[in-house]
Amino acid sequence: MRLRQGQFSFLPDLTDDDIHAQAQYAIDKGWAVSVEYTDDPHPRNTYWEMWGHPMFDNRDAAAVVFEVNECRKAHGGKYIRVIAFDSSAGWESIRMSFIAGRPAEEPGFRVVRQEGEGRIVRYTIESYAMREPEGRRYA
Amino acid sequence: MTETPQTETELPRPERSQRPATVDLAAAFEESGVREVLAELDATMIGLAPVKARIRETAALLLVDKARRQMGLATETPTLHMSFTGNPGTGKTTVALKMADLLHRLGYVRKGHLVTVTRDDLVGQYIGHTAPKTKEVLKKAMGGVLFIDEAYYLYRPENERDYGQEAIEILLQVMENNRDDLVVILAGYADRMDRFFESNPGFRSRIAHHIEFPDYSDDELLQISQIMLGAQNYAFDEGARATMAAYIAARRRQPHFANARSIRNALDRARLRQANRLFNEARGPLGAEELSTITESDLRASRVFHGGLGTDRRLQPAAE
Repeated sequence: MRLRQGQFSFLPDLTDDDIHAQAQYAIDKGWAVSVEYTDDPHPRNTYWEMWGHPMFDNRDAAAVVFEVNECRKAHGGKYIRVIAFDSSAGWESIRMSFIAGRPAEEPGFRVVRQEGEGRIVRYTIESYAMREPEGRRYA
Repeated sequence: MTETPQTETELPRPERSQRPATVDLAAAFEESGVREVLAELDATMIGLAPVKARIRETAALLLVDKARRQMGLATETPTLHMSFTGNPGTGKTTVALKMADLLHRLGYVRKGHLVTVTRDDLVGQYIGHTAPKTKEVLKKAMGGVLFIDEAYYLYRPENERDYGQEAIEILLQVMENNRDDLVVILAGYADRMDRFFESNPGFRSRIAHHIEFPDYSDDELLQISQIMLGAQNYAFDEGARATMAAYIAARRRQPHFANARSIRNALDRARLRQANRLFNEARGPLGAEELSTITESDLRASRVFHGGLGTDRRLQPAAE
């Protein structure tokens, strides 16, 4: 099952040129672009591992594509995303986030039911990948 | 939520028939704004005739190459890395700025900014420090021009564990693989650059354009001094101009002569003396002319006319 998180996730995978164009848009807006990766696909997993520092004073998106490719070399089997941070007053937050790399096989999520007091049932989801320990989740 | 992974969709490529049959070089020349850069180069830079000729040639080559690519005759990005060799103060950095602008207008670099670095910005202080540092600088320069001043300091043959070699390797790799993304200009003194290229043949083969910067003549330096003063709304009076000419001739024979940079420093000191003179001598209100005129006495006080640099300091009595 394809993970749908962030922008463009219902589109086909972005090519390097697409990533370049999107990152350039963010840079032109004055946002700091950075690359992150993870092997925990849960939608509430907000904080991914940072790949290097946010690129604060790069003027061209070629550097972003370069770092995405470096990250793919090291963490090819994991999820890689590109985020753009807007530091201007009032925002101080992520303005863009899109997936730039994903595992070849995504096993999807299962529903977990928990019996509570009385006849209450709590529902949550868990990725099938999460049954393996960290680092062994995707081939 | 059952979906099959989608493969990348192939983007439609421009058909062969869409390529232009003819190319108007003159129109491309006008359109790209190259003329303005070349005219600016001619107007603002004194002398440097061989440099200007080389840049004109390079611009023509790149314009033709661009036209060839539009017609589908050439596909590869030409190697644009350059080396600027010449003595200090001969305008290497200034020309690099113009070159970045030129390459930007011709569409060979996307942003056209110039990142000036020296050894300290590339080479780290301990193991594992160099690679991230060099990559950081390279990323900053992507889309523009990376200007490495005094590039020969990167290579220190006397210390085989020097981290400069690591920076050189990363540089070479990026110069080869990311040719579309950045242009590297190495600069430095001619003889030491030659030795640097000899010991690093990888650099020599990856650099297509070697541009030599000649020293300025005395006449040219006088013109430069007047332009520098004019830019700050100062001017020489008659006597000062002749003194400046004598100053240039005398300064050239003394150590640490750095062409236009020496002139700029001399003018800075002359302005200092002028301010001091006005402060001490002025009786009553001063007009704009007094405030902006450098006189002979402001220049005559220079050490260059009194035994030369480095001599008067030794003549001073030692501290008790």
